[in-house]
Amino acid sequence: MAAATVRTAVIVGGNRIPFAKVGGPYAPASNQDMLTAALDGLVARFGLAGQQLGEVAGGAVLKHTRDFNLTREAVLGSALSPHTPAVDLQQACGTGLEAVIYVANKIALGQITTGVAGGVDSASDAPIVVTEGLRRALLRANRAKRPLDRVKALASIRPRDLAPVPPAVVEARTGLSMGESQAITTRKWGITREAQDELAAASHTNLARAWSEGFFDDLVTPYLGVTRDTPLRPDTTVEKLAALRTVFGRGDDATMTAGNSTPLTDGAALVLLAEEGEARARNWPVLARLVDAEVGASDYVTGAEDLLLAPTHALPRLLARQGLTLADFDLVEVHEAFASTVLANLAAWEQAGLGVVDRTRLNVNGSSLAAGHPFAATGGRIVATLAKLLHDRGPGSKGLISICAAGGQGVTAILEAM
Amino acid sequence: MGALETIYRTPVGRGLARRTGLADPPVLRRGRVLPSGPVALGELADGGVVRQALALLDVRVIDPIPDVPENRTRDDKGRDLPPAYQDSLGALVIDATGVREITHLEGVRALLRPAMKGLERSGRIIIVGMAASAVEGLEARAVAQALDGINRTVGRELRGGSTSNLLRLEAGTSADDLAASLWFLLQGRSAFVDGQTITVAPRKPGDPVGGTPDREHPFTGRVVVVTGAARGIGAAIARTFARDGATVVAVDVPASGDALARVANEIGGSALQLDITRPEAGARIAGHVVTRHGADTPIWAMVHNAGITRDKLLANLDEARWAAVLDVNLAAELRINEVLLDPGLPGGLADNSRIVGIASTSGIAGNKGQANYSASKAGVMGLVWAMKEELVGRPITVNAVAPGFIETEMTAAIPFAQREVFRRTNSLSQGGQPVDVAETIAWLCDPANGGVNGQVVRVCGQNLVGA
Repeated sequence: MAAATVRTAVIVGGNRIPFAKVGGPYAPASNQDMLTAALDGLVARFGLAGQQLGEVAGGAVLKHTRDFNLTREAVLGSALSPHTPAVDLQQACGTGLEAVIYVANKIALGQITTGVAGGVDSASDAPIVVTEGLRRALLRANRAKRPLDRVKALASIRPRDLAPVPPAVVEARTGLSMGESQAITTRKWGITREAQDELAAASHTNLARAWSEGFFDDLVTPYLGVTRDTPLRPDTTVEKLAALRTVFGRGDDATMTAGNSTPLTDGAALVLLAEEGEARARNWPVLARLVDAEVGASDYVTGAEDLLLAPTHALPRLLARQGLTLADFDLVEVHEAFASTVLANLAAWEQAGLGVVDRTRLNVNGSSLAAGHPFAATGGRIVATLAKLLHDRGPGSKGLISICAAGGQGVTAILEAM
Repeated sequence: MGALETIYRTPVGRGLARRTGLADPPVLRRGRVLPSGPVALGELADGGVVRQALALLDVRVIDPIPDVPENRTRDDKGRDLPPAYQDSLGALVIDATGVREITHLEGVRALLRPAMKGLERSGRIIIVGMAASAVEGLEARAVAQALDGINRTVGRELRGGSTSNLLRLEAGTSADDLAASLWFLLQGRSAFVDGQTITVAPRKPGDPVGGTPDREHPFTGRVVVVTGAARGIGAAIARTFARDGATVVAVDVPASGDALARVANEIGGSALQLDITRPEAGARIAGHVVTRHGADTPIWAMVHNAGITRDKLLANLDEARWAAVLDVNLAAELRINEVLLDPGLPGGLADNSRIVGIASTSGIAGNKGQANYSASKAGVMGLVWAMKEELVGRPITVNAVAPGFIETEMTAAIPFAQREVFRRTNSLSQGGQPVDVAETIAWLCDPANGGVNGQVVRVCGQNLVGA
């Protein structure tokens, strides 16, 4: 490769559809529908109809087999030029942020000058899988050359094979759901119910304030009659949250409730990126640059480490490479899978000697507890929100993003306002 | 659809309606389409400017056949018959700019009489006279106003979707100043503008015609901002400007963002989700223009279309409904103009540009249950007249349209019988389409149309209300 200089990849803007709780108004919508809607909103916001962009990178965590080309199909259904290529990526809840990193890296290497990154997820339109017995029998019947073989293959199907396998967010290697895994972490790190409820209440209060201030006027496009994130409860309080019964963990010391855990959500979010010179030549807003990113992974299968604390592996490497400490960040965005995930991560970072996060700089316009968490869409939501917040604070403002993901992975990134 | 409307739409219902005098309304000629028949030009006394303007437009004209004794024939009972045109006329244009005396008005009658039954469907009568302020003497001024009475009556008497309009020229108005308005009135774009009097003046210094512009795509390379563009009349305005070459910034409230995005993407424009009542609205518009369409492309035209209704009889009208309507329909327009008119503001209005507001027949005539709306819409008219004076030294025109009954989602909610009355109480016996309002606004914003300034043009099919 001849490229000698690394170019600067900047965040130009973003667009998402309001997030909606599972089984709600987006239940009839597919991942492709939602991703296309988010893309069309972005295209309209920046007047890109008919234009060819460098690449669109996106993905979903819960995917139908028909969606092998989800992002490309969304591009073809959108107002963008059909000459815009697209790629599907997948890294569990890190998908959206990883897609941003992917596009930024291509821009940095001079391979593309513009790109869109993000993701979508529908918990409502999740694929329902057939049992292994049924699947294998059907494949055998399909392969059979003689009618008798086909009958034999089909005859091997047992009644129990016909029951559908419901979708579940379960770790393949531990068999534990995300909530059950986090309950172990919560207990291990001694995260109290009060601290969790306080964080959850702050998320709702902050997100509600941001909506009423019009912060999302140029970040969100309504969809199917929804104009605001439906998980948001502006009037929630610590007292109301304290009254909820626990849903994850067992025994009297269980602390995790539906109020301090993120609901299953449908939604899509995208970010528009460009090479800085390209963005300036087009007069586009130059909100922030992507400074650096790092992914870490934890040894959670043995039980030695925690499933959702993998950012603790990524962050020291990222900060060391950039010569930064937690105190250098004006804003910090930690994805709220559960309130206790955020609190356990902060505790782990402190224990690892990375410093303390100033809570007044944490998730200042709310996060997943209030907005909801359509898995692959969360990265795009956070990047666009943080880039705008940093830009409002002025050039040089720095922001940190940390997103935990299934499989014991954690994606971290640094943005700096331009 | 109610039971009455369902019956009305059946063949039997339509037959009954026809017998009781409710004829099927004519289908109007629309779009950038000239009349199919010939255009006759009648010149009274010393005119000339109209002929020049039609020549600029490459419109070939024929001589009219006036109703004078030597042109008449007699039927078999010996009665006088006015002369008739061999082929249906597409339009009759009367240059009455030289008419100063009451006796000269006979010439207008003589030209009109054969045309009244000689026009094709969606034909045109266009009378061009002088503004009273542009002529000397009591009789000449009275005569100038007499043309207005003639025009309004012609509009009422014409059938088959034909219209009549009067252009009044200020002193010094050239063929160049007049051409854009003649072009508009002749074409199908003016379908629902009927019985109106429009004043044309010399364009201001710094408002050039610009050589030989592409008459079909006058907005090529120009940015036009349209508020309330997500649906209805606003979406039609956005589409019409885009058809004519404009780069459109489509603005609407964030809650209408999805419909707005569809409009913007369809026409290759950009969408700006914005509550126009926010104090920073003007700055947001300018910022959007710069970051989407470049710092060197200021706004050519600002169309203040966004509007709301909160209807209540005054006896039931509270301060919230009062304030909301006045803020959206009038105060926001004032605030945004003030910001965008700041000379040299990147993304603001160009030095040479156009502003259009939306008034309403409710603002002209008042309307039961719409004190707040009528206040705001009459206010828009007042603003146009005041801004004309305020901007006298800058090559910017300010105008408004006043739509009558237009077929939109909003008016579809009116009960059927009432709606049908609204439709029928104008000279064209039908409601207008959103595109009719849009075409009129595009004409007011045409770069070639520097001559129409400070006007409120009704798009109402010559509705009785407030006429």
